[in-house]
Amino acid sequence: MPVRFQLNGILIEESEVPPSMTVLDYLRESEGLKGTKEGCAEGDCGACTIAVQLPQGNVEAVNSCLMLVPQLDGLSVTTVEGLSQPDSPLHPVQRAFVDNHAAQCGFCTPGFVMALFAFEQSGEAATAETVHEAIAGNLCRCTGYRPIVDAAMSVDCVPEKHVPPALEHSSHYTDGDEDFFAPTTLTELVKLRLEHPNAYVYAGGTDLGMRASKDRESYGRVISTSHVSELKRVEQSDGSVTLGAAVTYTDALPVLDEIAPSFAELVRRIGSRQIRNLGTIGGNVCNASPIGDTPPCLIALNAVMIVHGPKGQREIPAEEFFIDYRKTALNPDEILEALRIPLPQPDMLFRAYKISKRFDQDISAVVGAFALEVEDGMVKSARVAFGGMAATPARANACENALIGKPWVFETAIAAGTAISGDFTPLTDFRASEDYRMRVASNLLRRLYHDSDENDFVTEVMSL
Amino acid sequence: MSTARQMDQIKGGVHTDVRHDSAVNHVTGRSVFIDDMPNVPGTLHGALVKSPHAHAVIKSIDLNAARELTGVHAVLVADDIPGRNDVAPIFEDEPILAKGLVEYIGHPIAAIAADSMDIARAAASMVVVEYEELEPVLTIDEALERESYTSPPQIMRRGDSARGISDAPHQISGEVRCGGQDHFYLESHIALAVPQEDRDMLVYSSTQHPTEVQHGVATVLGLPVNAVTTEIRRMGGGFGGKESQSTIIAALAALMADKTRQPVKLRLARDDDMVITGKRHDFLFRYEVGFDDTGRIEGIDILMASRAGNVADLSSSVLVRALCHGDNAYYLPNAHIHGYPCKTNTVSNTGFRGFGGPQGMVAIETVIDHIAQDLGTDSDDVRRANYYDTGDRDTTHYGQKVTDNIITEIVDSLSREIDYPARKAAVAAFNQENTILKKGIALMPVKFGISFNLPTLNQAGALVHVYTDGSVHLNHGGTEMGQGLYIKVAQVVASTFQIDIDNVKISSTNTAKVPNTSATAASSGSDLNGMAAHDAATQIRDRMAGVAAEHFEVDESEIEFRNNRIYARNDSLSFAELAQLTWEHRVSLSATGFYSTPDISWDDETMTGRPFYYFSYGACVSEVVIDTLTGENRVLRSDILQDCGRSLNPAIDLGQIEGAFVQGMGWLTMEELWWDEKGALRTHGPSTYKIPGSRDVPPEFNVHILEDAPNREPTIFRSKAIGEPPLMLALSVWLALRDAVASVGGHGHLPNLDAPATAEAVLMAVADIQERAGDGT
Ligand SMILES: Cc1cc2nc3c(=O)[nH]c(=O)nc-3n(C[C@H](O)[C@H](O)[C@H](O)COP(=O)(O)OP(=O)(O)OC[C@H]3O[C@@H](n4cnc5c(N)ncnc54)[C@H](O)[C@@H]3O)c2cc1C
Ligand code: FES
Ligand code: FES
Repeated sequence: MPVRFQLNGILIEESEVPPSMTVLDYLRESEGLKGTKEGCAEGDCGACTIAVQLPQGNVEAVNSCLMLVPQLDGLSVTTVEGLSQPDSPLHPVQRAFVDNHAAQCGFCTPGFVMALFAFEQSGEAATAETVHEAIAGNLCRCTGYRPIVDAAMSVDCVPEKHVPPALEHSSHYTDGDEDFFAPTTLTELVKLRLEHPNAYVYAGGTDLGMRASKDRESYGRVISTSHVSELKRVEQSDGSVTLGAAVTYTDALPVLDEIAPSFAELVRRIGSRQIRNLGTIGGNVCNASPIGDTPPCLIALNAVMIVHGPKGQREIPAEEFFIDYRKTALNPDEILEALRIPLPQPDMLFRAYKISKRFDQDISAVVGAFALEVEDGMVKSARVAFGGMAATPARANACENALIGKPWVFETAIAAGTAISGDFTPLTDFRASEDYRMRVASNLLRRLYHDSDENDFVTEVMSL
Repeated sequence: MSTARQMDQIKGGVHTDVRHDSAVNHVTGRSVFIDDMPNVPGTLHGALVKSPHAHAVIKSIDLNAARELTGVHAVLVADDIPGRNDVAPIFEDEPILAKGLVEYIGHPIAAIAADSMDIARAAASMVVVEYEELEPVLTIDEALERESYTSPPQIMRRGDSARGISDAPHQISGEVRCGGQDHFYLESHIALAVPQEDRDMLVYSSTQHPTEVQHGVATVLGLPVNAVTTEIRRMGGGFGGKESQSTIIAALAALMADKTRQPVKLRLARDDDMVITGKRHDFLFRYEVGFDDTGRIEGIDILMASRAGNVADLSSSVLVRALCHGDNAYYLPNAHIHGYPCKTNTVSNTGFRGFGGPQGMVAIETVIDHIAQDLGTDSDDVRRANYYDTGDRDTTHYGQKVTDNIITEIVDSLSREIDYPARKAAVAAFNQENTILKKGIALMPVKFGISFNLPTLNQAGALVHVYTDGSVHLNHGGTEMGQGLYIKVAQVVASTFQIDIDNVKISSTNTAKVPNTSATAASSGSDLNGMAAHDAATQIRDRMAGVAAEHFEVDESEIEFRNNRIYARNDSLSFAELAQLTWEHRVSLSATGFYSTPDISWDDETMTGRPFYYFSYGACVSEVVIDTLTGENRVLRSDILQDCGRSLNPAIDLGQIEGAFVQGMGWLTMEELWWDEKGALRTHGPSTYKIPGSRDVPPEFNVHILEDAPNREPTIFRSKAIGEPPLMLALSVWLALRDAVASVGGHGHLPNLDAPATAEAVLMAVADIQERAGDGT
């Protein structure tokens, strides 16, 4: 079945290219649209940014280098070439770039223009904060960004109200000996997983996409979760929030903002908008990276993984899900269906801290997540989890023990910080040394203490 | 040269904010970079086989499997090179493919041309190489120990430094290091080689140095230079990374094209680019200084050891510039500054914006801080006590008189503008009140020498044609990498002819049009090429004036070019009409222009002379905050005052200042090249190597160009070079971070903080100071 999408307003029915072909290669090589650039092929520079409009109508920026052609199914794609025709006026974003001297070598420019086009289509007000967030996934080595931010702030235009066409869904795209399955129900998904044990379960592809983009691998078989309705749900019931495994970070953020603002703040620092528009918390969890950002938070929040296999559903507490380096408790025939986060009680102190070399779009050296219940000045319960400190995201038991039953005072925080050395022996690598990770993890307890005291002073450089 | 009145009248003359010539093409994606050129049918794609070892003898190479893969057209090793396997820019024996010995992880061994990049890469993974591993030398320290250098040590000496130090009332000594830096141009290295008749070769290369590419390709193919043409319309960034390194890539592409007789494109994937090609040199500095009670330096000895990597490349030149900028803005009466380009089994480092200058300044600025720490005085006072002055304090340690000194003026002006004393007091007050967050603030001046250190390189050519419709074709040896050189030179030509800039067609840099050029480097692009183009345009204008004088029957002195017309008393002609008339008079409308910088000299033996035509000045104050729990840090505000002479294009210059500053800030803060114990670079893509993003730019960032400051030398329209100098202003960020760390110990100790000051480095420096200050919390 061909995949159908619109490309700069023209309907494309594609059935010729391999399913492992990246959208970037497709645009440049098959379509001859050379405005979209490759700067890294790993989702980190933004030169390949394009905008896609989802069937629901919202326009989002994505990295075309990490996206596979079948992932375009049902979308309306705009590339830099689609913003203005050679003899017509420039698009307001393009105009603003020209007027503000925001392009020097120009190699990053189409990517920035498309990220800001998507931003402007979202209808958000441009403030320094929103603009930085919107372009956190775009690198420019020439300008120093000031003129780009000025350009973004000066664009004044009303989002266009395009109604995306309803396109027939392609549930199985195939070329040669490669398959891309895109089931729409959980039952089909589970069945496909059973039939194709070697297939890749594919959510946003912001981890898996690297294999096609950088490693130039063909996947053979892929089972996409993006269209499975049960995996796309966001449900809030009494006592918990359930997020389908295929819910993107972007779609999860509104509810996270409500239930755990500190978690939401951390999620806003995962990758960039381009990454968050594709990437999912489900993917982050199943990837089971020791430096993934959400697992420590989910462990501290006492979340539960809902997994589904041929025998039906079962539940695994988050802290038991990560069993070894990049290994989960999923059986080979199981998939992650959803994750359930209990609503934090109003008096719960929940904080998640991400420490990385760069504030935006960087993988963590250390993530610390803390959920404390303090009653009458005493710590009643504590769940503390860290990323970057061991082969898996894990709870810090010694640290928790140093907290529970103690008065919530500065000395307790110091003692709990010191206790972490009994919990972990972190690694030294290019992100951080063992010594640094340990000091930071320990010091985060001090930050937590100051953070919990409303009358205390600011503790983060970003709050100045 | 023209007067201000005239300049107001044409569109796009010099000293105006003309936008970049490619602005519209950039924002619409229509700018053609080499990878965007239409594919010629039959174009092959290249991939390289890289060494997995830092130091090893190649015992055998088995290419059979790779050669047999369908779609592979050539698998080439050193022995397949028809000419000489050497593209050394200064010395000799710098092969493009390893000859029996690999000297760094990533060292290219074989080049493969195939129908697609994927096939070429697949074939590369099928090449089987047998190695005998040797002990690698990976660090500056190891190489210094072994006295293993890529070229001889270089020494600058004035007076008696040992006496100066020992006779002074105070002595200090210390050590500091700064890291390297990847250029991270957004467009990685690329070349497209297209074979022509008779083994001639046309090479499109993303290069700052088309002539060197031409020479390198000719050498490798064993052809005379006239058989090779290099062309480049634009680069997606260069920053020095495409000065010598692009020759390697272009020569490899040409080698494959020559063998297959098909066009070959070699585009390095980002990781390959970062692993295979050179970066900014990291440095180790050791210093000994003697000074008086005011902090004035009486004698200084600085050892500067750079990591050159496996071959010399440009390392000796980078080192000379570092030695020449070991003074920054300070007079060093008795100085011994000695440099060592250390040979290591890591990728050969190369030029990078500032070309050693920024590194040299790291050393002297650390010394200033150290002196202030030792005396317990303010480092701003120590800076002031050491500034170059008139009289007997106006000559550099390499013998050049500083005749255009505006250090004090520029520092005072900036300091007044921002009320620096009040800002310092506010930082101190903040630090009194906050235990976890600490602020730091620093001011520093920059004095940077303009010209290639080697006088020979300071020359340029241009080619200008006027067509009979009055349109102008412009070509010169400079290359465009985003810095706005093309538009600046076009402005010069527009002003010279007094025509609107729309009439000047900018064209790709091409070695067949303007030969024997220097690299577009050393900030010299507009100084050199602007002058050459001005020369060419002036010749044509004078000839046209002669024709006009004859036509109007007036004296040539009465002919005036103004606002697209040529005036003679009450008569006038349009520029186009005069062009037509000139042709009818059978007078040439084409000229080559040439320029060589006057009054410069350099003695390589004594390391003295006047290497720089003039100096560029600037000053910057930066304020930062650090988190003493995590080391996270952030620049809160930077204020810059930069000397551009009479700027050719203030909008373009502003972009250069801001871009250079942010790039410098990245080098000194978050950009960390991390090698593992085997010598493999582990930060080789943007996922692991972090350059600044938009949020890292100081939220308050005020950049001003110094007004009324025409260059004292007769440079092109009295402008000054701008590409590199502002990068060094970012040292104020690093100094401010050191100040913030020092505040943790009540400013009682010199912080142990090298560059880059990553969050980790800052936290460790904080811990170290807390320990020394006896405060273990
Ligand atoms: C530029 C960039 C920046 C990034 N920044 C961050 C960051 O700051 N923090 C961070 O934590 N991560 C980061 N990542 C990593 C990545 O984006 C996240 O891990 C993301 O959450 C992965 O989600 P995905 O939907 O894209 O997963 P995919 O790539 O689709 O899948 C990831 C893994 O999960 C498996 N999987 C997915 N869904 C299911 C399912 N339903 N059942 C079973 N298995 C499943 C896949 O088989 C695969 O093994 C970054 C990645 C990039 C490219
Ligand atoms: S090419 Fe860099 S993000 Fe896609
Ligand atoms: S303009 Fe060159 S990278 Fe942004």
